[in-house]
Amino acid sequence: MTEQAHITLKVNNEPVEVSFAPYKTLLEVLREDLNLCGTKHGCELGECGACAVLLDDLPVLSCLVLAVECDGRRVTTIEGLVTDGRLHPLQEAFADLGAAQCGYCTPGFLITAKALLDEHSHPTRDQIREALAGNLCRCTGYQQIFEAVEAAIQSGAAGVEVERGPRSAGQEEA
Amino acid sequence: MNDTKLHLIGKPRRRVDGRAKVTGQTKFADDIMLPRMLHCKLLRSSVPHARIVRIDATRALAHPGVHLALTGKDFKVPYGILPVSQDEYPLEPTHVRFVGDPVAAVIARDELTAFEALDLIEVEYEPLRTFSTPEESLEHEDPRIHEYGNQGNIHKAVSLGFGDVEKAFAGADEVFEDTFFYQGNTHLAIEQHAAVAAKDPDGKLVLWSSTQVPHYVHRALARALEMRAAHIRVVAMPNGGGFGGKCDPFNHEIVVCKAALLLDRPVKICLTREEVFYCHRGRHPVLMRFKTGVKRDGTITGVHLKTVLDGGAYGSYGVVSTFYTGALQTLTYHIPTYKFEGCRVFTNKPPCGPKRGHGTPQGRFGQEVQLDKIAEKLAIDPAELRLRIVEKPDTLTANYLQVSTTGLAECIRRVVAASDWRNRFRKLPRGRGLGLACSSYMSGAGLPIYYNEMPHSGVQLKLDRSGGVAAFCGATEIGQGSDDVLVGCVAEILGIDPMDIRSVTGDTDLTPVDLGSYSSRVTLMMGNAAIQAAERAREFLAEGVSRKLEVPKGRLVFAERRVFDAEDPAKGVSFSEAVCLAEAIFGTLGTTGSYTPPKAVARFKGSGAGPSPTYSYSAAVVEVEVNASTGWIQVTRVWIAHDIGRALNPTLARGQVEGSVYMGLGEALMEEQEFRRLPKRLSHALVHKFPSILEYKSPTALDMPEVITELVEHPDPSGPFGAKEVGQGPLLPVMPAVANAVYDAIGVRIDEVPITPEKIIKALEAKAAGKPARYGPAHFPDVPWPETLQVPPPWEGGDGKAINAPPRPSKELARKSHAPEVVQS
Repeated sequence: MTEQAHITLKVNNEPVEVSFAPYKTLLEVLREDLNLCGTKHGCELGECGACAVLLDDLPVLSCLVLAVECDGRRVTTIEGLVTDGRLHPLQEAFADLGAAQCGYCTPGFLITAKALLDEHSHPTRDQIREALAGNLCRCTGYQQIFEAVEAAIQSGAAGVEVERGPRSAGQEEA
Repeated sequence: MNDTKLHLIGKPRRRVDGRAKVTGQTKFADDIMLPRMLHCKLLRSSVPHARIVRIDATRALAHPGVHLALTGKDFKVPYGILPVSQDEYPLEPTHVRFVGDPVAAVIARDELTAFEALDLIEVEYEPLRTFSTPEESLEHEDPRIHEYGNQGNIHKAVSLGFGDVEKAFAGADEVFEDTFFYQGNTHLAIEQHAAVAAKDPDGKLVLWSSTQVPHYVHRALARALEMRAAHIRVVAMPNGGGFGGKCDPFNHEIVVCKAALLLDRPVKICLTREEVFYCHRGRHPVLMRFKTGVKRDGTITGVHLKTVLDGGAYGSYGVVSTFYTGALQTLTYHIPTYKFEGCRVFTNKPPCGPKRGHGTPQGRFGQEVQLDKIAEKLAIDPAELRLRIVEKPDTLTANYLQVSTTGLAECIRRVVAASDWRNRFRKLPRGRGLGLACSSYMSGAGLPIYYNEMPHSGVQLKLDRSGGVAAFCGATEIGQGSDDVLVGCVAEILGIDPMDIRSVTGDTDLTPVDLGSYSSRVTLMMGNAAIQAAERAREFLAEGVSRKLEVPKGRLVFAERRVFDAEDPAKGVSFSEAVCLAEAIFGTLGTTGSYTPPKAVARFKGSGAGPSPTYSYSAAVVEVEVNASTGWIQVTRVWIAHDIGRALNPTLARGQVEGSVYMGLGEALMEEQEFRRLPKRLSHALVHKFPSILEYKSPTALDMPEVITELVEHPDPSGPFGAKEVGQGPLLPVMPAVANAVYDAIGVRIDEVPITPEKIIKALEAKAAGKPARYGPAHFPDVPWPETLQVPPPWEGGDGKAINAPPRPSKELARKSHAPEVVQS
């Protein structure tokens, strides 16, 4: 066996130590070594956007990032969008408005949309299109995705901070 | 059933699996990680056509970390989706037929080790002549790609005649003859195919797979592994998109099963994107010639359609695909005489099969573009022309398809009004244009893939004292929302909330059969089965509640998690109490429901493709801008109306329409499965030009225009709550509507898809040089058509049977099968 790499990083606001074969991508380490299977893959060549995660708050394609580069960094995956048991407004809107059909590209879209809203609180339709142009969806024709992002903005998604402090018990999702 | 009585059906709501999908918790096949799991990789042929002289996996087996290596000699029995095309082996033992054909497998501790060991497998090939086009395959009978089929490299050739078309042409005022080409393209589901196989603790086999057809995979496994089917369990995981690309049993599924059985350890495979391009089973490239006779008022006197399909290297659904290139032409407009001839040939390319619309988009493209030309020649508005000739409801077509309800005329009127067609068609400035086209599609294939008289879909319900209900069905969730349809139908009948219902689907051990997520069959068939099961459950509950409240059963209402007296709504019990009352009388409660489509009227050989309980209808108007100097085409807006009968959940129905428009625009403008020859010094092999998502262009969020969707809802008596299909039909009018819009914008005909800037420039150059202002094929190859099967249409006294003797059955495989030759998808 190859010698293992070992890093410490913060995933969804939790400190994590992980050992893995050093050739592995962040995508592979998330899915295979940390059991965070919400992040998907469609090409493993940076073409489809399904594997998008936030690395130090910026969207990256985790299939193109070597995990060894992530030592000491912060990673947010789809599993990290749910806070205190509550879905992120983007998730609520995607679920309500048909923005997820097969659901396979959905985590990548949600992560990319979150990054957009973190940067622009009220993007226009064209800015949304542009931001999501690197994520491919074969089911929806994108229209219900645009509408869901806009609906999430209406419900105050831009202000939602996902990496919060200690969780209070008893809070249920809406 | 009228709207006022429905509580859930017809109202937009979150799909039942919505939360799972937005939290990343939907479990796809590749998300399964089992203890002691090993990983499989396939070695695929590097040459397009060859005999395997020698294959030796000894060195691979010796590689550290490798547990098993398999080759063709480990599998004795061929398989295939159709009974008449059992032409694939899990690993090909002697004869590779395309670059990508699997020949060996390595199972190792991890993917990388398996991948490294593939390089250690030695394969010696003896090259054979490679066939890259249908013309080449028609020209050379030898070497044969398969030892079965009509003759040489013709897989299937058919000829069907419904009335005398020559007489119809003689009686026409104008006869139009056009040749069209529809390029092949692929599904490109974002999820790559994955499968995990394991022996369960009892020693029986389990396969978890991204398949649309667990029932057919179950049958293929029993055959190819020579195992008792009752000891095989196939679980269809939710598919990360299907579109027809996961409708065949695949090599990799059978290989991991064999490996798991031999090693007694779980074995996983996840295909790379490149391998998904090799699995393909996508849209057939089709060359077609349409000859249509019309009267001056636009009435059609007859149509003669000829198609040649480039099938690729294996049968797949190809026999059915061939019939589908001509089967559904008669549904939209009245065609009194019709002749269809179709021919599928083998070539050394990845096998084609069923992609959304299966075989229908190609013929529909030609038909709708030709109608646009006819309308112009006759100086009739294309919308007006179509309205004059739409097929009437409750009609039997020339080829014996039963039209029940049709909202086509209303669909046309809706898109014409919404797009302001009458003020804008042929009136926009040069460079801008509008195009119209229509279509129809099956709401489920009327026949199963293998002949039998059993139901096509079954639903079982288990009612719990808690008030919870479990719904079991073999249907497969591929994103279309089948779980939501199942739960929605049951919840509506029982008057409970969808979240009170647990659905268990796509599991051959646990759920009653459903034939699979193909042919737009699930909503209609599973929906009817679900309604039957739920109505039977309601009967038990009503008996219990009626006795307790002393209210006649007929007066009880099931709504809002209660069962109550319609005349005194305060008098009632909770749903869970109703279950307890019924359980005390009848014992624990379970019901079943099933659905079998009505028998088709047609009785001729080849009539299996086309019949359906009912048909959906669509009309679309597309607006484009075309730059005359660059040829660049921008679709600026699409109006589409779809006759869905009833939208069970309008949010999902709209998503299906818009997703169809999207996929149609991809096919119209950019998507193509292209191949090229490597240079002579590099083997001269025929290879896929771009087996990657980056180079296989598909529309992005930036390419997608605004889509205005109108759902036309007139409940159809055969559908659940009146619903018809919506997943495939709305794709069909998009491609011809784009072509017709390009003509309106810039005055050139592009008689093939994709319609690319390059082709527009070439057509403009042809026009400038005084040649016909078109780009497209001119030549149609000579095909040795079989004797035409003559079936007089209903209005000539026909009874759906052929009047001449059927042609001699082809030798080889067809003879070995007891199933009838024509099968369905």
